[in-house]
Amino acid sequence: MRWATRAGVHIDRAACAWLIRRFIDPDAEFVFVADPAEIPAGATAFDIRGAGLSHHGSDCSFETILRRYELTDPVLWRIAQIVHEADLDDQQYDAPEAPGFDVALRGLSMICVDERVLELTGPLFDGLYEYCKRATLLGREPA
Amino acid sequence: MEHRLDRERPGDGPGQWVLLCYRVPREPSAPRIAIWRKLKRLGVAQLGDGLVALPADARTREQLEWVAEDVTEAGGSAGVWLARPAALAQERELATAMAAARAAEYAAVAAEAAAARNAGDAARAAALRRLRAELRRIARRDYFPPAAREQAHAAVEALAGPHDGRKDAVLAGRDAAAAGGAGEHS
Repeated sequence: MRWATRAGVHIDRAACAWLIRRFIDPDAEFVFVADPAEIPAGATAFDIRGAGLSHHGSDCSFETILRRYELTDPVLWRIAQIVHEADLDDQQYDAPEAPGFDVALRGLSMICVDERVLELTGPLFDGLYEYCKRATLLGREPA
Repeated sequence: MEHRLDRERPGDGPGQWVLLCYRVPREPSAPRIAIWRKLKRLGVAQLGDGLVALPADARTREQLEWVAEDVTEAGGSAGVWLARPAALAQERELATAMAAARAAEYAAVAAEAAAARNAGDAARAAALRRLRAELRRIARRDYFPPAAREQAHAAVEALAGPHDGRKDAVLAGRDAAAAGGAGEHS
């Protein structure tokens, strides 16, 4: 399936792409567009103005996708808090990891094209998932 | 007060700004207030009724696009525009107003830091954490950093570490110099 999002990937779009490929569509193919009018026919748009899978109310796109696809994994919802704060910084959640992720993603987007940002951040989010999973199971910070 | 207008642009003409023009129904008031809060958090310049602006970059453009979406969802209408002030003076006026708004926020932080300076260790540590976070939030909407930024950072960082009378003396001296009179601190 094809998925389209706004070019110039940052934390929310990188996290959404990871989420889509890992939990929704393993064969996902991503297209980056500068304008919503360039979204190819048949592609599912996310994190772009006018798309259903975007910011809604106080939710960032990652949270919207979790809701829309009924993903209830508490580990994903913990990651959602980090993505939300890194993207919106509105103090809705306690996510001290957020400023670090925000800077890392902004820096990457300065030196890489969008496809490469997704390649590099895939393992980062895999690691974050594992970390949050162990933290959830242990009830404290894992080693 | 010093302003930076160091955005990428050819020549010395005014830079590009991203504008949001919007109209939100008066009732219900909850979404209207939420939109107003978001714009306030972004540090927009108010150009007129339902017209706000930020210096244009990928991030500010995206932020105003999301607000436009909120406006639409609230039953209003919104448009996002890219524009250039016709004269440099107009841009400077905008930048000066934005810098002054941030300077007031920095001054409030500096005052809170000064008030916490002689508090107990626990209260000072709590104030330090809170004010550092507040400075980060202000920095995100600070496009034309005013001189008050450095003063606020110095006042907040002076709360770090064990209580130190020498830091107080330095800051008291600075306060006195800023006030143009004698400062006294215990």
